Amino acid sequence: MIKLEEVAIRFSGDSGDGMQLTGTLFSDATAFLGNDISTFPDYPSEIRAPQGTVGGVSGFQVQFGEKQITTPGDYAHVLVAMNPAAIKANAKFMKPGGTIIYDSDSFTEKNLKKANFETDDPFAETNLEDYFKIAVPITSLTREGLKDFGLDNKSVVRSKNMFALGLVCWMFNRPLDYVEEFLKNKFAKKPLVVDSNIKVLHDGYNYGLNMQHMTPSYLVYPANIENGTYRNVNGNHATAWGLLAAAEKSGLELFLGSYPITPATDILSALSERKDLGVKTYQAEDEIAGITSAIGAAFAGDLAVTTTSGPGLALKSEAIGLAVMAELPLVIVNVQRGGPSTGLPTKTEQSDLLQALYGRNGESPVVVLAATTPSDCFFYAYKAAKIALERMVPVILLTDGFLGNGSEPWKIPKMAELPSITPRLAKNPDSFQAYKRDEKYLVRDWAYPGMKGFEHRIGGLEKNETGTVSHDPENHQINTEIREEKVQRVIDLIPDLEVCGDEEGEVLVVGWGGTYGHMISAVRELRQEGKDVSLAQFNYIKPLPENTKEVFSKFKKIIVCELNLGQFASYLRDRIPGFEYRQINKVKGLPFTVAELKDGINKLLEE
Amino acid sequence: MTELKYTVKDFKSENEVRWCPGCGDYAIMNAVQRTMAGMGVPKEKFAVISGIGCSSRFPYYMNTFGFHTIHGRAAAVASGVKLANPELSVWVMTGDGDAMAIGGNHFIHTIRRNIDLNIVLFNNQIYGLTKGQYSPTSDRGFRSKTSPFGTIEDPFVPGQLVIGARGTFYARTIDGNLKLSQSIFQQAAGHKGTSVVEVLQNCVIYNNGVHQAVTDPEHRADRQLILEHGKPMLFGAENEKGLIMEKGRLKVAKIGENDITEDDILVHDAHDADPYLHLSLINMALPDFPVAFGVIRSVAAPVYDVEMERQIEEVQQTRKVKSMDELLNSGNTWEISGNGESKSEECPVKKLK
Repeated sequence: MIKLEEVAIRFSGDSGDGMQLTGTLFSDATAFLGNDISTFPDYPSEIRAPQGTVGGVSGFQVQFGEKQITTPGDYAHVLVAMNPAAIKANAKFMKPGGTIIYDSDSFTEKNLKKANFETDDPFAETNLEDYFKIAVPITSLTREGLKDFGLDNKSVVRSKNMFALGLVCWMFNRPLDYVEEFLKNKFAKKPLVVDSNIKVLHDGYNYGLNMQHMTPSYLVYPANIENGTYRNVNGNHATAWGLLAAAEKSGLELFLGSYPITPATDILSALSERKDLGVKTYQAEDEIAGITSAIGAAFAGDLAVTTTSGPGLALKSEAIGLAVMAELPLVIVNVQRGGPSTGLPTKTEQSDLLQALYGRNGESPVVVLAATTPSDCFFYAYKAAKIALERMVPVILLTDGFLGNGSEPWKIPKMAELPSITPRLAKNPDSFQAYKRDEKYLVRDWAYPGMKGFEHRIGGLEKNETGTVSHDPENHQINTEIREEKVQRVIDLIPDLEVCGDEEGEVLVVGWGGTYGHMISAVRELRQEGKDVSLAQFNYIKPLPENTKEVFSKFKKIIVCELNLGQFASYLRDRIPGFEYRQINKVKGLPFTVAELKDGINKLLEE
Repeated sequence: MTELKYTVKDFKSENEVRWCPGCGDYAIMNAVQRTMAGMGVPKEKFAVISGIGCSSRFPYYMNTFGFHTIHGRAAAVASGVKLANPELSVWVMTGDGDAMAIGGNHFIHTIRRNIDLNIVLFNNQIYGLTKGQYSPTSDRGFRSKTSPFGTIEDPFVPGQLVIGARGTFYARTIDGNLKLSQSIFQQAAGHKGTSVVEVLQNCVIYNNGVHQAVTDPEHRADRQLILEHGKPMLFGAENEKGLIMEKGRLKVAKIGENDITEDDILVHDAHDADPYLHLSLINMALPDFPVAFGVIRSVAAPVYDVEMERQIEEVQQTRKVKSMDELLNSGNTWEISGNGESKSEECPVKKLK
């Protein structure tokens, strides 16, 4: 029995091998036992790339442990490989000395060739000779176990992921009841599927038990996390639910106008499921209709949202400008992916920051927020809606593919504990003017069709205070400045920037959004090694927290880490000048690894 | 609802109307305002949505809720307005550039969904606001600033697009015929689903007389067929001409010639679900045929906003989840107890100090 504080497992196989489900079930069962977890699905953009090829490999990594887990792990301790292509694709993600469990039945000459191996020793070719390898004839054992079920060959082969899952559950001492329960619910109407899958699951578990002499078994104690009720959540679901929560809190109906796009589509489908809570989801004919229908819904009094990813945000640019000009409450969620153009649709990146801040014609300021973990997508989606509704302004929420698809345990919040949301409803028809503002926040009132006595016209043309079209030069200058200032005054809804570590010191590592997990792990490890390093991770991009400059001024060196070529760093140089911003950047479609962050920061410390 | 007594005046806004003197838009607005005043709908329940173009200035001149949006997107914005509040009477004011070119996609998909909107399409076959470029409805060979040697492309026929998108309501009118326009707008407003009213509109500056051949009083009786549901398709100064069907095609016949009697003349059925004859009527063009006006197609079909509300109601009748708290606690959850009571820390590393 090997005791570990934390362990990362990577399930990997062909797109059709069911690895995402296997990984998800293992993660959920693990969280259920009280371990903290973090997951990272890594799948190809083609639904079915040619079977057995490296391009078609679908992977799912989960890290869990007895301490707080903030990343899915740079490298896997254990790799489950269903075919040779999975070995080829994942060799670089293995921790030295790790364990590889593979389906020996699938390591045929034909499959080795498909994966572009040149010899019959894939492990030598990928420098995995020193790893602990466990060959398990998963396909034939599955077939044997199901021989009395009368299933066709396809159904039998499809069950082999359950064998792998059973085996891994034994290795990590996970009971099978969670998975069994899931199968019984999922296939309630197909008892044969339930029985056959449970049989194979047990066969896998028992195989581990019987072969103890060759399979190591690990023990990971539950994490010491805060008491409460938990559930697993990924970033896209958390975003959807945050928007729902905001609708309930504000007393408004929720309207989502959206167009399917990877990796944001899950938000649309999660909200489409919620007719029970009265959500109106509208799958539009294109990205533009997605946002313009939402703008229409905002004009007519709904909490209006559109969701997209980078290319879609580009298509929405002109319409965002309309929402800026019309001063309507609108939430725009951008689940960032690799770009430009179609780029890397299923991979993560942070390269839409400047697009979100500036990517429109004219002076077109919006509020920009960024979520930092899968579960806090809930809170920042909620906050985006609060700001939009209370300040009559479009808000862009940036998440990314890593947050959207990644999951973690989440302590379930109570609605009563969430901050209030008070939409800026117009009250007095006699004094109402479309662009009359309050002095403190420069916010206009919201009056929508159906409200008697408030009939008025708005639009994309520049207006004066009464709402009449105006080409007056002075008026345009004033209104342009007001729209910018209105966004800046959102600052009173924004908490101060927190520093994780020391209030002052040698190095301040700065990040924003979805890199938080890896950043905090790197900083935590460096501090354990005695290094003078602290972290400031930004959730609020525009406006920036009020104390940003003050925080920065307490450190000798600032290093900005982001998954682009330096967009936040350049924004900081512009907004918070007077500091030397060093950079660590990565654009590989992958999250940072803790190791590369530590290397980069260490180099800077030695300077 | 109490009796609402509105006049046209109630629908005029304080804004000065800035269309060119003699512009066909004035008459169209007059007909729309008269229609709205007579609908018995409270004024605050009207929303007038437009895109970009001369016709899209429309909302500014209406004393209703109005939204002048961006080029081509009026139908998409209006769809959101209607879905947010299906009780509203939502009108889309658009032109041939706005709806047929940059907004073509929204135009056909809105019609396909059959959202209950009233789309008024001002068709003057020219870009007026940008000062005279050919539009997607300009005839082949049309000369303009951007086609000095004549266009080398065929125009859209808006009615064909409506039929192609499975439209449930299509009508055609002329800016100058206030009575016809008003009658059509009333029927469009009463129709459940997307109604498209194409108005042949004259741009007095950049395309003056574009519809002259059809509207000229001298030939009007022979060149216009005003259709009414249930009435024979007759035209001419004395109603002496009519349409018959011959070998599957429409044909103009004269009553009294070749043994044709009024009984042989086709009777207009706007409610026919089969769009075949409607399409033939839409396609009629000079000189072989008169141009068809009136409500050409008006059929009942499921309406998107009605279906949306019905579906939500249906789901809610058997729902298990009634609130966010219930949703948050549904499905797979687990309890952690026996650990610390302290609030979770946003920055766990602080512990390391």
